[in-house]
Amino acid sequence: MSEGLAIHWRLIPQRYNLVGTECLKCGEKFFPPRQLCPNCRRVGEIREVKFSGEGEIYSYTVIHTPPEGFEFMKPYAMGVIKLIEGPFLTAQLVDCKPEDLEIGKRVELVFRKIIADGSSGIIRYGYKFKLKD
Amino acid sequence: MKVGIVGYGVYIPRYRIKTEEIARVWGADSKNISNALLIHEKTVPAIDEDTATISVECARNAVQHAKINPKDIGAIYVGSESHPYAVKPTSTIVAAAVDAVPELTAADYEFACKAGTAAIQTTMGLVKSKMIRYGLAIGADTSQGKPGDVLEYTASAGGSAYIIGTENLIAEIHDTYSYTTDTPDFWRREGQEFPSHGARFTGQPAYFRHVIKAAKGIMNKNKLKPDDFDYVVFHQPNGKFPLKAAQIIGFEKKQITEGLVTPYIGNTYSGSTLLGLAKILDDANEGEMILAVSYGSGAGSDAFIIEVTKENEKRRNPKPLQRYIDRKEYVDYATYAKFKGKIKGVKLEKP
Repeated sequence: MSEGLAIHWRLIPQRYNLVGTECLKCGEKFFPPRQLCPNCRRVGEIREVKFSGEGEIYSYTVIHTPPEGFEFMKPYAMGVIKLIEGPFLTAQLVDCKPEDLEIGKRVELVFRKIIADGSSGIIRYGYKFKLKD
Repeated sequence: MKVGIVGYGVYIPRYRIKTEEIARVWGADSKNISNALLIHEKTVPAIDEDTATISVECARNAVQHAKINPKDIGAIYVGSESHPYAVKPTSTIVAAAVDAVPELTAADYEFACKAGTAAIQTTMGLVKSKMIRYGLAIGADTSQGKPGDVLEYTASAGGSAYIIGTENLIAEIHDTYSYTTDTPDFWRREGQEFPSHGARFTGQPAYFRHVIKAAKGIMNKNKLKPDDFDYVVFHQPNGKFPLKAAQIIGFEKKQITEGLVTPYIGNTYSGSTLLGLAKILDDANEGEMILAVSYGSGAGSDAFIIEVTKENEKRRNPKPLQRYIDRKEYVDYATYAKFKGKIKGVKLEKP
């Protein structure tokens, strides 16, 4: 059995659709989702929210020494994306060369294969970002 | 009750390889191949793209174009001959990614290059019988050609998704008709990496027979003739076959050129006819008539008579195919081989 099968399954709404949460009391949005608002504590009202997938590059780095399994993608960029709704997340930036990237450039969500668990395990899909056309 | 297309979406990968680059590696005459197959370049999926990711991208574009609540989709069928799993549906991945889960039915289809149009026929039946409100039919592939084989010049990647329903139609589907026989022109046995084909046998008794019979069959049934149509789109295994089929049936070149996309993107297999149709719909106006005929080896053809409505002019697709065709980056054969997993051990996977 693939390791972390249940964890991956549980995270599908986040990984496929950027489902996070927001606090109806103070309006702050969270990704990954928080179950408790750190500002409003017990009086906070948390509900699920789906982010648009639009954002900008807040920062990025180019990976030349990837972890096991990602060797054949190098060099690839990992970005800190600031979603237009507020939250920050870390994601791979695809369909671009490192020299195309610049802080502040607009990006949009794409659906890509993250990694497969060997040749017989599950294929994990999820969010990555590309420069907006 | 009317039935037709509420919205549609396309997706092709960004990377391209030119015919001459493939010919260079195999010591072939690229001009000869380019002329014989009418193919200039083809799409190449990135190392992290497969039929599931392509299906999701075009399905999301279709939902956006249709402006529907994805929870109203009652059925999703993904037609492909390159589903990432042998057992485990692509359609459930799409259903989750467009947020149509959990109240719907879903399944994967396979019928060589016509699995996507078979999915449209199924969803037409379901919406017309009011079993569901909307159906999502997808044809997508990351097709494989054996290195050095003639198929390698055309086998590419891409997909198209259609939301089928009965209201707010951008195009009405007046009729569908199929022509199916047991013809072993192209196949891939279980566990085999690359498909095999019957070379010249894929032409006359296979592609041409089925496409022509289906096209003539649906026109006879509806008392229509070639000049009743503004556009015609056929399955496009290469650039030549559809032109020849059109000529045999009696269509003029101007009727087929709008939807002929294979010379620039390659044969996207299950996506082929549907991408050609999308290219036509991107600019089509009210009252224009389209004849669409797919072909799947094995073998069969599905034909559709489609009439564009006013709604298509009011609600143009925000992500037309031409935009994807123009957005491209060329790769050399070595990079193509890496992206396609043609080099042993080179994959995006943990050991």
